[in-house]
Amino acid sequence: MITRDEFRTIAGNGVWKQNTSIVQILGLCPLLAVTTNAVNGIMLSLATILVMAISNLAVASLRNFIPHEIRIPVFILIVAALVTVVDLLFNANLHELYLVLGIFIPLIVTNCIVLARVEAFAAKNPPLQSTFDGIFMGVGMLWTLALLGAMREFLGSGTLLGGIDMVFPSLHPIRLLPESYPGFLLALLPPGAFILLGCMIAWKNWMDARAAQRANRQPPAPVATAGCH
Amino acid sequence: MTAAPKEISATGMAARTAAILFVFVIIFTGLLSGAYLWTKPAIEASAAEEKMKLVDEVLPRAEYDNALLEDTATLPPMPELGLADATTLYRARKDGQPVALVFETVAPDGYAGKIKLIVAVRADGQVAGVRVTQHKETPGLGDYIEPRKDKNKDHPWITQYTGLSLARNPEGEWKVKKDGGRLDYHAGATVTPRAVSKAVLKAVKWAEANRNQLFANAGATK
Repeated sequence: MITRDEFRTIAGNGVWKQNTSIVQILGLCPLLAVTTNAVNGIMLSLATILVMAISNLAVASLRNFIPHEIRIPVFILIVAALVTVVDLLFNANLHELYLVLGIFIPLIVTNCIVLARVEAFAAKNPPLQSTFDGIFMGVGMLWTLALLGAMREFLGSGTLLGGIDMVFPSLHPIRLLPESYPGFLLALLPPGAFILLGCMIAWKNWMDARAAQRANRQPPAPVATAGCH
Repeated sequence: MTAAPKEISATGMAARTAAILFVFVIIFTGLLSGAYLWTKPAIEASAAEEKMKLVDEVLPRAEYDNALLEDTATLPPMPELGLADATTLYRARKDGQPVALVFETVAPDGYAGKIKLIVAVRADGQVAGVRVTQHKETPGLGDYIEPRKDKNKDHPWITQYTGLSLARNPEGEWKVKKDGGRLDYHAGATVTPRAVSKAVLKAVKWAEANRNQLFANAGATK
């Protein structure tokens, strides 16, 4: 079972304290590729939440059978097999949703955050906690990518929620700037993603520093990041 | 002799680890093949449905009355159309008369690799429609070749091929405006429309040259 405190710690770590994108700086490859608008970012995050919850659950359940020396190949095997199975099941049973989310599922392969959470959390914790960890790490990624996508889209093309008609055909993108807005290509290209991500990291650190000051203590040391991007 | 060796030798340890890894591989490969076999029929069915939806986009259903997905011809691999594998050509007819050919073609020189297209060419050589079926062009830049991503919803970029024919439009017109043709393009992404235009022209020429042969053996469809 899971206590209230445990749950709160897991949720807080995932959403803010150890946010995948702006604290751990993991999964930059899909981040750069899909956050040209908010909808893509949200869709990728939803697919990732699903995959992380399942793979964390699977690894946590099997963790006592996996020898320490070969844990990485086994984790990769489990994650890769599950991603493929999820992809196939989606395609077969939820075809409409697959057309929307499906293109993002193979992209998860480029996201080392899945393996990072399996290794850092699910390999050492019970299944229930691990599942929540997967979900909340994904939620942290969701809001970050949505915000980053929205900023890039606004600066780059002056719209919001472009591509929403792919998900809900009745909805239309919101045009915030006049049609004559020439667009700002840099924001749509990968360097723009890096620059805006940098701004978000600075903002997060500033928020933390301010909160620490208010509580009259030292700002927290930056979390060391794993070596994969 | 009674003291059984508690410590497992390095070889034994390696063998044990290998065996465990092997078991995991077996289990998850089994899981994968199971999922693959179980989902295969459903995936194929929805792929056929998708195909018909795509054909509807390039050729209005009212223009023909035959069972299009059944009136097919298998084309051998055709490097001149960028097709490395055998593909299927669909023939649309009305009252037995040829209406249009619907077939796949590939633009090999997109900005990010191949761009797969489906083209419908009417019996008189006119382009009935072109759609991109698969591409990896830069999101937000080159992906306007896909009507869903095109900001111009009334006249998506790809629809400007509709109505072109070699009889009325000399070859020079089948190019983007930058190259002296008549086709629009978006600044910053010229490689993509260039590749598509080249492929469409090639496909139309090929259909013109082989039309009679392709429409022949009307009854001999499988």
